[in-house]
Amino acid sequence: MSEALLDMRDLCVSFRTARGVLPIVEGVSFQMARREILSVVGESGSGKSLTALSIMRLITDPNAVMTGEIWFQGRDLLAQPAEEMRRLRGGAIAMIFQDPMTALTPVYTVGAQIVEQIRVHQDVSKSAARKRAIELLGAMGIAAPRDVAGRFPHQLSGGMRQRVMIAMALSCDPALLIADEPTTALDVTVQAQILELLLKLRTDFGSSVLLITHDMGVVARVADRVVVMYAGRVAEAGATAEIFQSPQHPYTMGLLDAIPKLYGPKLKRLPAIPGAPPSPFERPPGCAFAPRCAHEVPACDTRPALAMVAGRDVACWRAGVR
Amino acid sequence: MIIALFRRLGEMVFVLVAISVLVFLIFFATPGADPAARIAGRGATPAILAAVRHSFGLDQPLPVQYFLMMKHLFITQDLTSFVNPGELVVPAVVQAIPVTLSLVFGAAVIWLVLSTIVGVVAAVQRGKWIDRVLMFLSLVGVSMPVFWLGEVANLLTQARFHNTWLFSWVPALGYVPLTSDPAGWFKSLVIPWLVLAVTYVGLYGRVLRANLVEAMGEDYIRTARAKGLSERQIIFRHALRMSLITLVSMFGLDFGALVGGGALLIEVVCSLPGVGMLTYQALQNLDLPFIMAAVMYGAVFIVVANTVVDMLYVVIDPRARDAR
Repeated sequence: MSEALLDMRDLCVSFRTARGVLPIVEGVSFQMARREILSVVGESGSGKSLTALSIMRLITDPNAVMTGEIWFQGRDLLAQPAEEMRRLRGGAIAMIFQDPMTALTPVYTVGAQIVEQIRVHQDVSKSAARKRAIELLGAMGIAAPRDVAGRFPHQLSGGMRQRVMIAMALSCDPALLIADEPTTALDVTVQAQILELLLKLRTDFGSSVLLITHDMGVVARVADRVVVMYAGRVAEAGATAEIFQSPQHPYTMGLLDAIPKLYGPKLKRLPAIPGAPPSPFERPPGCAFAPRCAHEVPACDTRPALAMVAGRDVACWRAGVR
Repeated sequence: MIIALFRRLGEMVFVLVAISVLVFLIFFATPGADPAARIAGRGATPAILAAVRHSFGLDQPLPVQYFLMMKHLFITQDLTSFVNPGELVVPAVVQAIPVTLSLVFGAAVIWLVLSTIVGVVAAVQRGKWIDRVLMFLSLVGVSMPVFWLGEVANLLTQARFHNTWLFSWVPALGYVPLTSDPAGWFKSLVIPWLVLAVTYVGLYGRVLRANLVEAMGEDYIRTARAKGLSERQIIFRHALRMSLITLVSMFGLDFGALVGGGALLIEVVCSLPGVGMLTYQALQNLDLPFIMAAVMYGAVFIVVANTVVDMLYVVIDPRARDAR
């Protein structure tokens, strides 16, 4: 896939701890095409956020060890020198975060913070950068962009701040926008508006979006393709429509079953996946989901590899057997 | 704004009244402090004592005495010493103020610059040997009492090594006014500045390091990284700027306290005739008018410093602007 915008190959992230090396992300691979919205789904601790941070090389813990390759526009990001990586950050790759309440520096106006990013990457005057910042804020659906640009973060609502964050991320026309749970901290109506905004990005700005979330509802609304992660590995990956229609991995099935349905018989209780994901210290040697799986077979003692089944990649021995 | 200012003024008046009453009462409750005995001198007969008491108004009830003293201090400004009759108090304090201001101002510049360097370097090099060395030195600096350090500095620069090239430029202890000889002013104050600054460099350096380390873990620093800023921009524009908020309030209080008479120890050790020295002498002689004047001056300055800090706060932290 030479035309892929992002090609992650066998990414592993582990941390050196007092109890030995602790693997969190174990061999994650996926590709993203231009203008694609790819969603990485998983519960807390599945390694989805670390995967996203790895692309930006934003894991600052000195004990973190990253291996693998992340190809972006013909370059391996993990092999780039720090200075080159800094130029890419906020330039070709931008990122927005979960909590817009704390993600902006409280002592500067939001306009100044956008201007700062523009001027790090482009040789433009302050007034030109400011004009661009106001333009971007307007494009994010902010009603009085000039006025908002002069405000401090604490004077804006959560939804407004997330719009500011997105405007800032887009200020240097990134080819890839990584959104790490961008709607989790927002209330439902604002969530919907922010998702609309993300959907528009590929047409208005030509950006691909890597959307990290734990919310299947969000995935269904915006993603072209989904990567389902469990315990640091890819469980299932494929087109959103196909995966929602016929999930192959029992974990994906469990996630989808846990969404309340509008139609069909009324349920007493929403089905849930029994148990909890294994802690990184106690990941089983075989299939990590086996202890919680209703369909466990003897083969699950060895780890299943990702294999193409029914038009998507699945890591399950029983995939396609049914 | 106007209301806030008036509220401040009201607070100041309240604080001044409370402190002056307290000082006044403590003085008269102190055994052996009878001013009449001091004014009359040794071996005065009871008759002379009574006469002195009467002529100084010391035989009047305490509240009356208090109001008389306040009148002389603030309104007619002709309060005189109990110990050296005829010595006016207010001009003596006014004369001492530039000395204390020179001392504290210079020391403050030194300690702000050095502690910023210490804090930033230690935070950037966190966990490495340079951080540990700086933090150890800071702890040593904080732990050394200023009067001891001052004596050691005097011993080295005035006696032991005074004849070597290193310290031959150090003038004799004392103060040279800035207006009469700027170079002499500087030379006479360098050693006291450094001595006074040591404790604060240690303290501020440690606080700044802790603040910076905390700030570097905040979400907005991750955002700054994600924007592609360099480490230098991240530290100076974002982390340091946020850490300054706490430091400014600390600085205002320390500066106010030092100018208000807290520099007493260093002034005495280095023979600088500032307000602290005046207070020290007044306390030694139990000279109530001087004690009262020095305490009033100190209280005014601390309240003023507090007000300035509050105003600065609004400038450096936009969140505080909307809070009121």
